[in-house]
Amino acid sequence: MTEIKQYTRKDFVSDQEVKWCAGCGDFSILAAVQNTLPEIGVKKENLVFVSGIGCSSRFPYYVDTYGFHGIHGRAAAIASGVKLANPNLSVWLMSGDGDSMAIGGNHFIHLLRRNIDINYILFNNQIYGLTKGQYSPTTPLGQKTKTSPFGTIEHPFKPGELAMGAEGTFFARAVDTNPKEMKEIFIEAAKHKGASLVEVLQNCVIFNHNTHKEITDKVTRADNQIYLKHGEKMLFGKEKEKGLVLDGLKLKTVIIGEDGYTMDDILVHDAQLKDNTMAFLLARMSLPELPVAVGVIRAYKTHTYNDLMDLQISEVRGTSKIKNMNDLINSGNTFEL
Amino acid sequence: MATKNNKIEVERIVIKFAGDSGDGMQLSGTQFSDVAAILGNDLATFPDFPSEIRAPQGTIAGVSGFQVHIGHADIHTSGDMADVLVALNPAALEYNLKHVKPGGTIVVDSDSFTAKAFKKAKLDTNRLEDGSLDGFIVIEAPVTTQCRLTLKETGLDSKTIDKTRNQFITGLLAYMFNRDIKLSEDFITNKFAKKPSIAEANIKILRAGYNFADTIEVLSTTYIVNPNENKSGKYRNITGNTATAWGLMAAAEKSGLNFFLGSYPITPATDILSELSKHKSLNIKTFQAEDEIAGINSAIGAAYAGNMAATTTSGPGLSLKSEALGLAFITELPLVIVNVMRGGPSTGLPTKTEQTDLLQSLWGRNGEAPIPVIAASSPSDCFDYAFAASKMAVEHMTPVILHTDSYLGNGSGLWKLPKMEDMPTITPIIAKPNSNYMPFERDENLVRTWAHPGVEGNEHRVGGLEKLNGKGSVSHDPKNHALMTKLRAEKVNKISDSYPKQEVYGDQEGDLLVVGWGSSYGVLFDAFTEVKEKGAKIGFTNFNYIFPLPNETADIFKKYKKILVCELNSGQFANYLSYSLPEFKYDKYNKVEAQPFMVSELKEKFNEILEAK
Repeated sequence: MTEIKQYTRKDFVSDQEVKWCAGCGDFSILAAVQNTLPEIGVKKENLVFVSGIGCSSRFPYYVDTYGFHGIHGRAAAIASGVKLANPNLSVWLMSGDGDSMAIGGNHFIHLLRRNIDINYILFNNQIYGLTKGQYSPTTPLGQKTKTSPFGTIEHPFKPGELAMGAEGTFFARAVDTNPKEMKEIFIEAAKHKGASLVEVLQNCVIFNHNTHKEITDKVTRADNQIYLKHGEKMLFGKEKEKGLVLDGLKLKTVIIGEDGYTMDDILVHDAQLKDNTMAFLLARMSLPELPVAVGVIRAYKTHTYNDLMDLQISEVRGTSKIKNMNDLINSGNTFEL
Repeated sequence: MATKNNKIEVERIVIKFAGDSGDGMQLSGTQFSDVAAILGNDLATFPDFPSEIRAPQGTIAGVSGFQVHIGHADIHTSGDMADVLVALNPAALEYNLKHVKPGGTIVVDSDSFTAKAFKKAKLDTNRLEDGSLDGFIVIEAPVTTQCRLTLKETGLDSKTIDKTRNQFITGLLAYMFNRDIKLSEDFITNKFAKKPSIAEANIKILRAGYNFADTIEVLSTTYIVNPNENKSGKYRNITGNTATAWGLMAAAEKSGLNFFLGSYPITPATDILSELSKHKSLNIKTFQAEDEIAGINSAIGAAYAGNMAATTTSGPGLSLKSEALGLAFITELPLVIVNVMRGGPSTGLPTKTEQTDLLQSLWGRNGEAPIPVIAASSPSDCFDYAFAASKMAVEHMTPVILHTDSYLGNGSGLWKLPKMEDMPTITPIIAKPNSNYMPFERDENLVRTWAHPGVEGNEHRVGGLEKLNGKGSVSHDPKNHALMTKLRAEKVNKISDSYPKQEVYGDQEGDLLVVGWGSSYGVLFDAFTEVKEKGAKIGFTNFNYIFPLPNETADIFKKYKKILVCELNSGQFANYLSYSLPEFKYDKYNKVEAQPFMVSELKEKFNEILEAK
């Protein structure tokens, strides 16, 4: 194996001017990705960024790697083709809540179900930004937008719930205001063999400002977020004085030392379980009853589609007598006239 | 009374097998044609099945047919009218009677002509008794009871036994055509290799059918179809869908590229996906996507990553792929889109044939996105045109739409086996590492260079947005957009310089030029030949390269007094010609019945045009 050059962030900055609105959450995601890439042990020429349509989908232009800016909703299908055509590539899919949850919803669930080894970063700002402020499938019920002047009457998706329903093997959540955690999570996503979905709660400064404020605000975040780490207790709060316990079929927030709860009662996070029931409960936690989970919620190791495809090909190649087209053309029922 | 040894040599013969879907008529037809090929006959086949897997038993909607045309003569079509009709039930007879030649032979399973069967087929008359079959030679064979009697001792249940009825017919036909029964036995042994008891039962029935024919006196005449003498070498009987799959694979091998298919099942194109999925031994990757859109987009991703990529579909699927076609076009990536046309619009007639997607393929995209369109003209030449489409796609860096249709895809014909070393070379233009790569820099043919991810130093971005000429970064500059639009169109227009010569059969100038495209070739050729033999000054040319048109098209057209464009739609190619070469007047002959042309109707039309002043 040839030595991989020690890259720095600058190696992944393209010559294109970044055209997002000043203050957009996308800038910090871009920086976090550019900081992640030098640390994942992949040669620059083996990186491919694929996107669909939307603000987030301009991403490939800003990373100096191979990149493909696709059409609305189809990035998952394009990325699948890239990865299957050349499984040595590290494929990153950059998409938004409109691109992935609405027009691309079908491709989204099937990519996760197939477990193709792709790193899928879902920028969730709960709004259509590029088309200037229409509600998306993740916009909260009742929110007023350009196309819902009296409030939406649609129940929103939670991407994590869809991911669990689609038997996704990796789901993580990050917030755009915490670049350090974002980078840690992106590195975990890159390490995971299979479809790694990272939902980034991202702020749209123009059309949906502060939509995630309750979760990301400096003052409230310790109480409103829980950073889950595999093998560690599910603790949160400024002094880590709060934790999660299972109460019947529900998760419950408790304060250690109160109501008879001790540290021993607090759940330990196991991201690697085959059964995704607990991951589902963690992924759907929402305020005000429960904190919002960030970090790697699920990372279950199993076969990837691309590995099975390659395995099947090598097995058949090993046993088949047909080695080339001449063999095939002359096989079976042929007639000499 | 004629003697039993009255054998007649015939030039060609058309046999139609018809029964309930599930009666094994497709198998009987394939078996009959495979044996014909072993005996050296030329042949063409065409299955005609209902769109339901199992339409209600015994109904006319549930009739499944398979037509075989074999000959000592060269065979170009599956034939107009049948010389021999096999009808395993009253519905099959009712549906096909109008397609039997006067004086033809009709073989029926007389056991199936019951009151219950008439009710199922909604018939108020028994054709065997009401005089409808006067003038035909009718062979009433008690096939069901014969099969049950023959296999009585085997312990097989009656459902299994009834499934062998098709072999009784095969045996009967083997006698009628003076064939060695051993050839049909070998077919059965191969077909049921994993079920020896079923093979044995079928062989018993095959022999019972043969012996039945030998015994009954109604078969006073038997036929001999001598081997075709114009064909020599090694052949196989191949369907258009298989030939398409093999052509794509052959092109990948020849180009040195890995092959990727992104596809979604759709009638009548699915067989290409299934065929390709068998060939993992040749490193063929097939991806059965979640929908048509993912099928083409995954193929675009694979093309970006450096594979020879294709997607296969039929009419409605092509509609779903339209947006992505634009993406493949603007990114200038090689991609083959195979459209196996069927009856439309919408779901239309999924198992029937039509040429109604031409305008969709030429113009069915947003913006200006001219994509080369080509069409195969026989089941076996699907191989050549799939190969040609792939070569065109990678050498000119463009998506290419290849048309076949249900008639070609499901039909079969003899294919002279090519040698891979004799196939044309395919030379993709691939960027070398660290080549100061500019994605939209072009060569003398205006073709851009293909840079594959994984290769050092050529990192670049492409996408659906308009890009700056040369460098390829996003550009909204009006003049640049005009330039790029022009360059993309010119690149595609230049492809016609690489075409083979457009062939004209018959008179190179004269009163009438018959024009067809794609799959109408065979039937047009036969009709043209028959009219020409009567002394008409007539030429025939069939287009495989539709867009861009061959460079010499106008030079050909100007040598004839009249041009008649024949196609299975309401005049799409004719209208396209009027748009492309408005200096000529085009007569049209159209059929939109979702059935192929018949030689007889074409001849009538040619003569009508020739006689009109």
